Amino acid sequence: MTEPTNQGVPDGSLSMPHPDTAARHAEYWRRNIRLLGILLVVWFVVSYLCGIVFAEALNAFTLPFTNFPLGFWFAQQGAIYAFVILIFVYVKLMNDLDREFDVDEGASS
Amino acid sequence: MNVQAWTFLLVAASFALYIGIAVWSRASSTKDFYVAGGGVSPLANGMATAADWMSAASFISMAGLISFMGYDGSVYLMGWTGGYVLLALLLAPYLRKYGAFTVPDFVGDRYYSQLARIVAVVCAIFVSFTYVAGQMRGVGIVFGRFLEVDINVGVGIGMAIVFFYAVLGGMKGITYTQVAQYCVLIFAFMVPAIFLSLMITGTPIPQFGLGGVEQASGIPLLERLNGLHAELGFGPYTSGTKSTLDVFFITAALMVGTAGLPHVIIRFYTVPRVRDARISVGWALLFISLLYTTAPAVAVFARTNLINSVQDVPYSQVPEWFTKWEDTGLLTFEDANGDGRIQYVGPDSPMTNELTVDRDIMVLANPEIANLPAWVIGLVAAGGLAAALSTAAGLLLVISSAVSHDLLKRSLMPEINEKQELLAARIAAGVAVIVAGYFGMNPPGFVAQVVAFAFGLAASSFFPAIILGIFSKRTTREGAVLGMVSGITFTAAYIVYFNFVNPAANSAANWWFGISPEGIGTLGMLLNFAVTLVVSRLTPEPPAEVQGLVDLIRVPRGAGEAHELSM
Repeated sequence: MTEPTNQGVPDGSLSMPHPDTAARHAEYWRRNIRLLGILLVVWFVVSYLCGIVFAEALNAFTLPFTNFPLGFWFAQQGAIYAFVILIFVYVKLMNDLDREFDVDEGASS
Repeated sequence: MNVQAWTFLLVAASFALYIGIAVWSRASSTKDFYVAGGGVSPLANGMATAADWMSAASFISMAGLISFMGYDGSVYLMGWTGGYVLLALLLAPYLRKYGAFTVPDFVGDRYYSQLARIVAVVCAIFVSFTYVAGQMRGVGIVFGRFLEVDINVGVGIGMAIVFFYAVLGGMKGITYTQVAQYCVLIFAFMVPAIFLSLMITGTPIPQFGLGGVEQASGIPLLERLNGLHAELGFGPYTSGTKSTLDVFFITAALMVGTAGLPHVIIRFYTVPRVRDARISVGWALLFISLLYTTAPAVAVFARTNLINSVQDVPYSQVPEWFTKWEDTGLLTFEDANGDGRIQYVGPDSPMTNELTVDRDIMVLANPEIANLPAWVIGLVAAGGLAAALSTAAGLLLVISSAVSHDLLKRSLMPEINEKQELLAARIAAGVAVIVAGYFGMNPPGFVAQVVAFAFGLAASSFFPAIILGIFSKRTTREGAVLGMVSGITFTAAYIVYFNFVNPAANSAANWWFGISPEGIGTLGMLLNFAVTLVVSRLTPEPPAEVQGLVDLIRVPRGAGEAHELSM
């Protein structure tokens, strides 16, 4: 590091954390990665699989109650709705996880 | 009032609003200038991000592109929204925790290297200029057609407006102008879409109309359009002509590129806390998806309308909008068989096609084709300008902060004080506006295409460096620098070769694995990942303090205090 970062990190926080804290943070990180993994699988399935790889096959069906060919619907509508939902689900679960591991920022900070 | 009077009125009113906001939100410190003081609410940031994001390409070109590409246009819809999932899950919260001012700031500190910082600065400037050229061109098109001024004069007016609020207000001015611009552009996009949906399918919600029934024929709209396509010798609208692999690669390049675009990333530095960064990505995508789920409906309405209103119509009886767009050269008719009628047919038809329609005009011409009221047409012009100007401003800020903060303050002249840095930022923004204007007057290609390349460049340079910087402590400066350089060089070389050096060879037969230049960024990104991971294992591991920094950004607590401490 050529010079200390002046905006990002409060002074002294780079010193080694307490071992318990470190273990807790490692567990928090592991849980975070697992959540990311699950959500990214959904992300991949709705767009790359339903919207691209299997789109032509799914076009044999229509979305119930509409006249959308199903693969076309995933590619031009469904995947986008799924993306929005995924982010809001992530926000909810991640904020819960932060509180569970006591690493949240509190209401007033 | 006629169309031109309405257009003039609505454009002038929206410009007055932007200037008013700029005067009210002047930047007084570098923190104001770079990150709007760090106190923007997540909802406002979501709106500003949406406007920042939705460019002239999204507003003017995208529905038109989809209209001509059918299913293949899905690459833009999924590509330009799916990246927000990556941004929310993998980047925004951690970068916000780190609390830097710019993307090169993070790259330079995480990779303990001035070289990494400089490489990131060069990538940021390169990507942003590629992108901004498309915006200025969009401004020129709108002015040229609706206010009937010369395209160059239009670009000049756009430059003056952006110059005013970007130079004066920095990120603070840009943020609050973008909130206003989002409102203008979404209103302008939705109103004609709702009109068209009502007219064609009888439902006011375009997303439902797209999957509804065409009232005139009683046939499902998409089936009807597929039928028209078959009749005229075009491929079916709901199936693609691109190879599945190419669609996959283009979508991935656009998604990853979205998550790696510096002007989008820096928006998440402006909120107070990590959790605000997370939720504001959600708001941003919600606001964006409103336009992005409407655009495919507009594309189908426009396509159906266009075919119905010009196919086999005698040239002497064409509507007024037809001749007006002919004057701009964006619509051309050549009576190949001399029968005085317009034959608009596809490649599979035995007849010769006589009509060429530029993709960029579909959204702008749509309200006229559908005979919507004059004020709607004026509104579309104001919306197109809002989209182009908001994105241009965001990009100009990246360029100016890359120069004043990363290049001067953090690299070449660390002794300058805040006032001098702020002045440098303003001068850099001013110069960037002029360069962008030059590209707008001498455009390198049509809007969406130029913009699409910026994504490949961002995907192959920043994305792997930032992700690995957060998720892999073992990533070293040597790995990151070589990764970024190889990724962007490979991608740029492929794009330049097929578009500029040897355009004749630009066809699927000559592409590597059938991947088009638009999708090559995905391969560049994989190359970047591979180089970074391998080189990192072969070089000494990062210093303990950098590894401590990575531990720190992985945990949200402390971000609020970090912002208080800065400056």
